[in-house]
Amino acid sequence: MTEKMIISGFGGQGVMFMGKILAYAGMLTNKEVSWIPSYGPEMRGGTANCSVIVSDEEINCPVVNKPSLVVAMNGPSLEKFLPALIPGGLLVVNSSIVKNDVTRDDVRVLKIPAQELAAEKVGKANLANVVVLGAMLAKTDVLTLDDVVAALKEVVASKRPEMLAINRQALEVGMNYVKENQL
Amino acid sequence: MKEVFKRTGALTDAPFHYCPGCTHGIIHRLVAENLEELNLLGKAIGVTPVGCAGFCQQYFNIDMQGAAHGRAPAVATGIKRALPDRFVFTYQGDGDLASIGIAEVMHAAARGENITTIFVNNAIYGMTGGQMAPTTLPGQKTSTSPFGREPSVAGYPLDMPKIIAQIQGAAYVASVSVDSPKNVLQAKKAIRQAFEYQLAGRGFTFVSVLSTCPTNWGMSPVKALEWLRENMMKNYTLGVLKDAAAQ
Amino acid sequence: MKKYLLKGNEAIAEAAVRAGCRLFFGYPITPSTEIIEYMAKHLPAVNGTFVQAESEVSAINMCFGAAGAGVRVMTASSSPGISLMQEGLSYIAANELPVVVVNIVRAGPGLGGLGPSQADYFQATKGGGHGDYRLIVLAPSTVQELVNLTQDAFDLADLYRNPVMIMADGILGQMMEPVVFQERETRQLPAKDWATTGAEGRPRNTITSYSLQNEIGEANCLRWEAKYRSIAAAEQRWEQYMTDDAAYLMVAYGTTARIAKAAVQMARKEGIKVGLLRPITLWPFPVDGFKSLQGQIKGYLSVELSAGQMIEDVRLATNCSAPVHLCNRQGGMVPAPEEVLERFKEVFPAAAAAV
Repeated sequence: MTEKMIISGFGGQGVMFMGKILAYAGMLTNKEVSWIPSYGPEMRGGTANCSVIVSDEEINCPVVNKPSLVVAMNGPSLEKFLPALIPGGLLVVNSSIVKNDVTRDDVRVLKIPAQELAAEKVGKANLANVVVLGAMLAKTDVLTLDDVVAALKEVVASKRPEMLAINRQALEVGMNYVKENQL
Repeated sequence: MKEVFKRTGALTDAPFHYCPGCTHGIIHRLVAENLEELNLLGKAIGVTPVGCAGFCQQYFNIDMQGAAHGRAPAVATGIKRALPDRFVFTYQGDGDLASIGIAEVMHAAARGENITTIFVNNAIYGMTGGQMAPTTLPGQKTSTSPFGREPSVAGYPLDMPKIIAQIQGAAYVASVSVDSPKNVLQAKKAIRQAFEYQLAGRGFTFVSVLSTCPTNWGMSPVKALEWLRENMMKNYTLGVLKDAAAQ
Repeated sequence: MKKYLLKGNEAIAEAAVRAGCRLFFGYPITPSTEIIEYMAKHLPAVNGTFVQAESEVSAINMCFGAAGAGVRVMTASSSPGISLMQEGLSYIAANELPVVVVNIVRAGPGLGGLGPSQADYFQATKGGGHGDYRLIVLAPSTVQELVNLTQDAFDLADLYRNPVMIMADGILGQMMEPVVFQERETRQLPAKDWATTGAEGRPRNTITSYSLQNEIGEANCLRWEAKYRSIAAAEQRWEQYMTDDAAYLMVAYGTTARIAKAAVQMARKEGIKVGLLRPITLWPFPVDGFKSLQGQIKGYLSVELSAGQMIEDVRLATNCSAPVHLCNRQGGMVPAPEEVLERFKEVFPAAAAAV
């Protein structure tokens, strides 16, 4: 099992963090992982993205040219990375702000109104990224909710333990949204 | 019999290569006597420049490193940060310090590096044979200002001690000359003060010494001293320009 | 053993601290800046010192002074900054000072771009500054190898009294992978009795590269040359992948070696007998690795992020005994494994036809 992911959005939407949590979760479950950010001036405003691979096998090429999973937190990200998604791949869209049409019918599409869910059900609009993470976990087999919670414990709880519970809640809100709506 | 003069143990037996009348020899001796009198021969590390004084590691009877052109204050920074309890100084000429190495010396001063820089200003490039230096005076003839330094083309000289004295990290800045016995004694005192400040951990110390280059100035040693007094002393500020402890 | 998820740059810095590096002088530049940030944050806790220099020129000369004082020291930069360090590196090589320099290569020439590149190969392996000298150049291809080779770099520098460069591209510096920090065997290293530490109780030491007598100058050059020969004989490192029955060989280091490995796997699925030789030391270049395969290889493909620099060493190492072709991207672009395989088939049509 290998998932090659590109997670993309505006700077400040927490896309690097999402990628880091996924890579960390993969490491804790003894999978092979890699995480590459877009770096340099790209990071200052505009679109930021990271490439994450979680795999049972050795990762040779860490560059993700043909992702099996794309998370588009904003419109430009969808435009940029949808063409690269492999047929049958998963597109996760933050439908709160992404209004673009999905122009392909050979990919699976998961539209999550992440900002509304984060604001209304979690009480923190800036956890939209974690809501999307939870939704995505419902549709990939490479990691489980428990794996990601374990990673959050290491990454978040070491510095801000008070944030762990709410992050977990955001994950569950995302995952339940997918299940309840049978997406 | 009373001994009135002896060689300093801080200099080796190697004969100086300097030209007749060049004041590097006097300045070497002043540095060396201070090293010996402060009992620093076992803990001093000197850093040499590129230029006429590039050979001075043959002469000082201590551990020495030879830096690239202008880089001595950076090299000295590396040594001092590695060995903070050792005594570290640079010995640099005007081309080395005021031209190619001006960033290194200014930032060593800005950091308040606890080192001492001895700056020998003879207003000309000696080693390469008499070219214009950043300290060459307006009107002064050199091989690259053959009609005299023309400020509209070649700009103005830099008064380094005055510049360094502006920098907060500099603890002691003095500008001295070695043209007369009285001034030689004052120069020795200034170097001593700088060394003592370093030993006390006060920060960057800087002693500028006006010096002659009879060969490249095209003068006899005596005439060169006169020229120094009549020209360099009028263009360059003398005295203690900064003494953080006294302020 | 505890696994850490670290950025390549952070992994280098932590490995250096664990290798006993206590002094770091640097100047910020993308994509290597995390190294100096990490050192600024972590050196004080181990009684080390970090100084942000006014320029790369000063940073490398601070390293000169500290190494001359007998202390383990490192600097890190990226391509344009490494260009500024060339003068200092020449002096460090001439004075035989152990300094570790990290180059997280970005695209050039000029200000270039921030993307990954291997276009500093010539600068790193052929001297770089003035005069005849060599750096030992290590080329890791994973974050774990960044750790291991950084620790080795300090030993190699001390052992041979020679500057060592760790050369990685922006991808390796920026990417995160799990790493472990293994306890290492301590290598027997010579005492630094040449260091200028103050002459108390011993004859004075001088560190200088000045020789106005040509005879002395030549004697120095011959001494250095002999040292470089002994390093070349003892320190070549490389990795071979699927070379046992290989009729063709891809040659790549660093990030491109990983991409080439993926291309080799794809080719193997098609039945094409191609292997990979990954130089781990770029200087000394692993000519012995090529010698052992020379009889069986019908063609070489040098995969590089440059206009073709390592390819010259591949031709020399193989005595041009078989065709050597180039597969490259430049300016911060990286080839996909499919692209590498396509290029391979284009230049070696017989390889695919033989299947």
